[in-house]
Amino acid sequence: MPVTVKVPTPLRKFTAGSESVEGEGASVGAVIDDLESGNAGIRERICDEQGKVRRFVNIYVNGEDIRFLQQLDTAVKDGDEIAIVPAIAGGSR
Amino acid sequence: MRGDSIADLVGRTPLLRLRQITQDLPAGVRIWAKLEGFNPGGSVKDRPALHMLKAGLASGKLREGKTVIDSTSGNTGIALALYGAVLGVPVELVLPANVSRERRQIIHAYGAKTIDSDPMEGSDGAIRLCREIIAKNPERYFKPDQYFNPVNPLAHYETTGPEIWEQTQGKITHFCATIGTSGTIMGTGRFFKEHAPHVKVLAIEPDDAFHGLEGLKHMASSIVPGIYHESDLDGKIPAPTEEAYDMVYRLGRDEGILVGQSSGAAAWAALELGKTLEKAEIVTVFPDFGDKYLSTNLWAGWQDIPKR
Repeated sequence: MPVTVKVPTPLRKFTAGSESVEGEGASVGAVIDDLESGNAGIRERICDEQGKVRRFVNIYVNGEDIRFLQQLDTAVKDGDEIAIVPAIAGGSR
Repeated sequence: MRGDSIADLVGRTPLLRLRQITQDLPAGVRIWAKLEGFNPGGSVKDRPALHMLKAGLASGKLREGKTVIDSTSGNTGIALALYGAVLGVPVELVLPANVSRERRQIIHAYGAKTIDSDPMEGSDGAIRLCREIIAKNPERYFKPDQYFNPVNPLAHYETTGPEIWEQTQGKITHFCATIGTSGTIMGTGRFFKEHAPHVKVLAIEPDDAFHGLEGLKHMASSIVPGIYHESDLDGKIPAPTEEAYDMVYRLGRDEGILVGQSSGAAAWAALELGKTLEKAEIVTVFPDFGDKYLSTNLWAGWQDIPKR
């Protein structure tokens, strides 16, 4: 069972309108790379040219902010849920 | 300025020339920012919120037994809560669950109630949830409806426009403002189209649907506000989130003004516009100050803020 990625409305043009897609990978970064392969263009919206998460993007694994975990190296396993949330309207969830 | 009520102190905000960040512009180009953070509620939204509540009371649509409800990403909610308290009407606000804690607390401090919408759906999700709540109990609520209420741009037509005209002694050549509901650009823009049609009116919007410019709307991918008429504009300037954030840091360090994301976008866009002109008096709007955003990604970010 792969990892589920919840996609915010403004990125759904890359996922054929789906609010959640499935991805493979052992870390958040690997899952985002995997997403790119099926949804070209989505990674550069989330990460900058250096591969860092853009300043206005928040990513959660099972509800935990990865900024306070191992960021893009945060490990994920089958059945985990990654949520990508634009930082509109602030830092708290 | 003095008043018998805090509502008397709305508007007549200062206009500040930005001298430091504009040093590389052509000598004939000057940029001015209307500092809306000086309103009692701390933002430009004091103008439409007060006007919409007063218009509701005057028409009888807002009366004893009714509760004011609206969807808002924050500043309108703060202003509705404030003037609801002043005018003695209860206020409930639907906002995305990821709205910063400070905003929620400010709204509660004025005695209003908040209802959370899905953070994944952004401000459009708040609009939809608000519609559902009203549909279940239409008699109970008065919705100022800032996205559709013509009193929103009217507030700017009657106050923001004339103030800028007077403060620039009629020398303004370009007006540019960020779009959220589009009330500021539509109302102020209409004032200039009627009173000084040579003034160019330009809207500043996020450069992409996926952005971090709180309060602003990327029109092509959003529920388009009913008050928004793109044909009334002379053009649009797309602002990238990260450029806007960098401008917020410069405004703090170079001009001594701590503002929010939308003001960063406004200053960045005004500067880009200025680079294309030889002689111009550009006026933009700084919708609020920055204290409400200290816990957001603008400051509590992934990377350290670049040091000098």
